[in-house]
Amino acid sequence: MTGKTLEALADVEAATVEVHDVHKWYGTHRVLDGVDLTVRPGEVTVILGPSGSGKSTLLRVVNHLEKPEIGHVSINGELIGVRRQGDRLRELSERAILTQRSRIGFVFQNFNLFPHLTVLDNVAAAPVATGKLGKPEAQELARELLGRVGLADKTGAYPRQLSGGQQQRVAIARALALRPGVILFDEPTSALDPELVGEVLAVIKDLATSGTTLLIVTHEIGFAREIADRVVFLDGGRIVEQGPPSEVLDKPRHERTRDFLSKVL
Amino acid sequence: MSEPPGATVTLPEAPAAAEPSKALTAQRVLPLRRPGRWIATAVVLVLAAQFGHGLVSNPFYQWDRFGYWFLRPAILDGLLITLEVTAYSAVLGLVGGILLALARLSKSPVLRAVSWTYVWALRSIPLIVVLIFLYNFSALYKTLSLGVPFGPAFFSFDESKLATDMVIAVIGLSLHESAYAAEVVRGGILSVDQGQHEASAALGLPRGYQFRKIVFPQALRSIIPNYVNQLIGLIKGTSLVFYVSLLDLFGAAQTMGSTYPGDIVPLLLVVTVWYLILTSVVSVIQFYVERYYARGATRSLPPTPLQKLRTALTDVRARIRKEAAV
Repeated sequence: MTGKTLEALADVEAATVEVHDVHKWYGTHRVLDGVDLTVRPGEVTVILGPSGSGKSTLLRVVNHLEKPEIGHVSINGELIGVRRQGDRLRELSERAILTQRSRIGFVFQNFNLFPHLTVLDNVAAAPVATGKLGKPEAQELARELLGRVGLADKTGAYPRQLSGGQQQRVAIARALALRPGVILFDEPTSALDPELVGEVLAVIKDLATSGTTLLIVTHEIGFAREIADRVVFLDGGRIVEQGPPSEVLDKPRHERTRDFLSKVL
Repeated sequence: MSEPPGATVTLPEAPAAAEPSKALTAQRVLPLRRPGRWIATAVVLVLAAQFGHGLVSNPFYQWDRFGYWFLRPAILDGLLITLEVTAYSAVLGLVGGILLALARLSKSPVLRAVSWTYVWALRSIPLIVVLIFLYNFSALYKTLSLGVPFGPAFFSFDESKLATDMVIAVIGLSLHESAYAAEVVRGGILSVDQGQHEASAALGLPRGYQFRKIVFPQALRSIIPNYVNQLIGLIKGTSLVFYVSLLDLFGAAQTMGSTYPGDIVPLLLVVTVWYLILTSVVSVIQFYVERYYARGATRSLPPTPLQKLRTALTDVRARIRKEAAV
């Protein structure tokens, strides 16, 4: 292994994520209605909530796939997607936003792997394209990461030749290749057959114990209880309550949380 | 035991132990017989034979003259011009089409409007009109100059020196072609799953990389069949350059036809056969290019004709061996 790869594999400093009074609406429909959230470095936060409560939107605001109408997000103190201009916020150029995104991992519900690239190239593409690594180093890193998610033997396969669980594990390796300080998971197991959910959760659990900051939207309550440092319950675009799983999941204070948990448990 | 009324079993008793039949499960299912197909095949073969016989035996076609003209230098020169004009226009048209499609899909309202207007105009004007306009361009605008708009010029070109017949033909066809190619490319880009754009954006891939390495290769799957269609239209469309006094394949045949009026039919046959050959070559290339870009889109690639032939032969051989063994 070359020195550069070793360096690339070295532990990344976990990031702090701050969401400050974020509002997001489509027309007259309010999706997020003043969300404040601080995630400490290395913290594993699970976001729960009924469908349409704004969970996915909140996650997509964090890496600026969605622009908030009001409010802002910062990671390690750096504003995401905007810059301060006097006492106002001004949109950043697309190039600057892309650079910021390359430090934030994102895992989609539908994997969104690149179907025309091999598994290895899917993982190696971003570090090369963003100029972080040379091609040989990126491929070596990709092999390491694929080994870590248990797919060392699938490097030459195309995504459609893999099962859903395998595809999602490739997607996680792809997100890891950029050494992100925080990884966002948008319902990572919702598109999987029940018997494949476990293998993906195992990989996420491995990440959770390795000290990366994770923000996870999921419906797997048992999983949330097991790995979350904090559970955030979202409804109607607002945070209804938050706290450690032992409180929010076992002794919910709010009526809506109790109502939701009684339906999903 | 008394049966309730209305529940009487009317089915005839199965000829149970009449003859000891083989267990049905162990047998291979025979394919359905399709006599209609054999009849249709016979009809088609008879019609094809009739048509072929007509082609060969009808003296009107003058096949000897066809043989005389087919490889004449005049015709081959025309063929070369057709190929040249097609090649330049296909490349320029595609490049123009890609740029127009990107402009149309961009976030800038100015680019979108410019692209839309261009496509609207060039798709509305018949190609022949575009060509004749360009042919007379030098009469409309004597010089082309580069300088301050409405102000002094830095450079100017004498147009009639710049624009040969070939240049006019290529420009005209490219302008026309790019308007259509723009729509083909735009359709291809739109056919790529939104998730691919999102994943590229989420990974922070630079814009150019997103388009070149992620979106465009996937868009090509739907662009290729449509663009080849366009290309075949273009090959034949080049026959219009005859009207800007460029002697392409069709033009060469036309000229020879007016010199040798008796040979018009064999000359048209020569042209037809050459166009058939060109289209066939393009179709073969299309198959392999499509196959290349199918990587990853399907679990396994479609077989090439050679591979198909090989499997067919192995199948037949296996069947013969089996029959022989029985």
